[in-house]
Amino acid sequence: MSLNLLALLGAMLTIATPLIWAGVGELVVERTGVLNLGIEGTMYLGAFVGFLVALRTGSPWLGLLAAVASGVVAGVLMGLFAVTLGLNQHVSGLGLTLLLIAVCEFTFRMLYAGERPTLDTKFDVLLPGVEVLDQHWLTYVAFLVLAPGSWWVLRSTGAGYRLRAVGESFEAADVAGISVSGVRYAALMVGGAFMAVGGAFLTLSVLGSFTLDIINGRGWVCIALVIFARWRVWPAVCGALIFAGTDALQLQLAITPAFGDVPRELMLALPYLAVIVALAVWGRSVRYPGSYLKAHRRA
Amino acid sequence: MKFVLRGREPRWVAPTAVLVAVAVTVALTALPIRLAGANPVAAFERYLLTPLSSVNGLHEVLLTATPLMFTGIAVAIAFRAGYWNIGAEGQFLLGAVGTTWVGTTWADLPAPVALPLGFVAGAVGGAVWALAPAWLKRRAGIDEVVTTLLLNPVALLVVQGLLNGPWRNSATGFTDSDRLGSGFDLPPLIPDSRVHWGFAVALAVILVAGVVLTRTATGVRVRAAGQAPQAAAFSGIDVDRVQFRAALVSGGVAGLGGASTVMGVQHQLTSGISNSYGYTGVIVATLGGLGAIGVLLVSLLLGDISVGAQNVSLVLQVPTQLGAIFSALLMLAVLSAMSWRRYRVQWRRPRPATTPEPAQETG
Repeated sequence: MSLNLLALLGAMLTIATPLIWAGVGELVVERTGVLNLGIEGTMYLGAFVGFLVALRTGSPWLGLLAAVASGVVAGVLMGLFAVTLGLNQHVSGLGLTLLLIAVCEFTFRMLYAGERPTLDTKFDVLLPGVEVLDQHWLTYVAFLVLAPGSWWVLRSTGAGYRLRAVGESFEAADVAGISVSGVRYAALMVGGAFMAVGGAFLTLSVLGSFTLDIINGRGWVCIALVIFARWRVWPAVCGALIFAGTDALQLQLAITPAFGDVPRELMLALPYLAVIVALAVWGRSVRYPGSYLKAHRRA
Repeated sequence: MKFVLRGREPRWVAPTAVLVAVAVTVALTALPIRLAGANPVAAFERYLLTPLSSVNGLHEVLLTATPLMFTGIAVAIAFRAGYWNIGAEGQFLLGAVGTTWVGTTWADLPAPVALPLGFVAGAVGGAVWALAPAWLKRRAGIDEVVTTLLLNPVALLVVQGLLNGPWRNSATGFTDSDRLGSGFDLPPLIPDSRVHWGFAVALAVILVAGVVLTRTATGVRVRAAGQAPQAAAFSGIDVDRVQFRAALVSGGVAGLGGASTVMGVQHQLTSGISNSYGYTGVIVATLGGLGAIGVLLVSLLLGDISVGAQNVSLVLQVPTQLGAIFSALLMLAVLSAMSWRRYRVQWRRPRPATTPEPAQETG
């Protein structure tokens, strides 16, 4: 038995990409004290809208742009529920996910009942033929721009400071003159855009097609990663690599004769179980952001 | 004009809020119906009224509502205790697995033994699937939302793994299990209909849950743990233990739903056996106000919509997902409308500070 380590590493980077986009998106939102369970639906929406627009216009760039816009809209909707109306975040977030997935499935069935459309042009890989580095540009952006950029913004800029202030104590932030709902809406819109890019990466870069189970719990994985990382960017990236490494490994093992007898489904379940185990080992008694799950109301 | 917090809430406010939410939901779902090329009025007649206008349609509504009654009350039990079990989907599936296991292993059992055994196996399957998140929550304080959610796709993989491997149909080779022994067939509850005894079991479970939650000391402890955990702990309630037990009961009840669907409808395990019943259960529980009667009524409403959606998709070519759109929208609209209850519109600018606002009735 021989594992192709370079192929493993390359696959790991690709699989981690949507998790980093959506995970950073969720992290930015949760840093303001809002839990966005709409993430699964937002990724789904981004994947679908990106695919649909790219299919209709022939341009993956327009698809990506539309996906970003759809993610912002999803973020605004979550803001309406969680910030403006102050609804229960668990229930409204899950409701948003169910709604978005149903709307996308409805539209897909209506337009393409029984067909399986594919994109003529999807994003190409950069550096084709070079192992490990033959990745999509969105992967490069995720690792080289998004992760360090969001880390720096959260840590060292005024925007990051206000974001963290709202998350730790919105009463204090309010007194300091920071608009709590403004910051939360902004985070939800930016975070929603990142989540949608994570979804669109799957349709526009990797697959070039859309399937009804395209996200398949990846959004829930991101929620787990953010807690596992205790709301810090680099540990979240590490968590995404753990999930992706497990997933890449199971893909490799599935084509390795020695493991041919192990049920494929067991392999497919491994990454989810790995995340739960990681959470159980490193996610004990984490300290949540001070205003986590709370709606802000002035007395 | 501005919005100000209400003092006391007049009696008409809550029903009005619900009516407004329903109207908004209907208006919003008219859009996709139009886009699909159908007449919204005709479509809504089919969604809501056609299933109720024939005996056969009514039977189908009861049949479709049955799994939602199980998952809805399951979620309500957990939410009442302040345990956010969003894993009813997986627990439902593992319940179906448990029932299928006993039903194919001891296929020759007679009905009086087989049926209770099937339900017990389903409840055990669901509770087992709920165990790990509940235990992690109690022992290590790990957020149950994440773990229950993550186990849903894993549960589906368990079902698919069994059906692709050891449980592949021995007669046809298809990826669904062998038929359960005939002793495991739930008899019809209403003669000449598909409504089976699972509906009666669901009713009984809802009734018991309702009585326990509202009329017993256990119910008080559960609700206290959910509404005011610190106060509950202060008055000597072991909140962690209450939530742990509520989580297992919730999983068990969701598992009963799987058992009922296997023994009453499918008579075998299929990978599509849960039509998102677990996720819809969250909608049912929330819309039903986490109460027994609410859960029952909302299950019947969503059952009605779901049967209507089948009909509309056949006749008017509107995809069945409209039912899912409707139920998710309805929940969000009702929650939103209810949050507005606390405000009233003040048409004129209030007089300057000399006369304070009428004091809130604080009781």
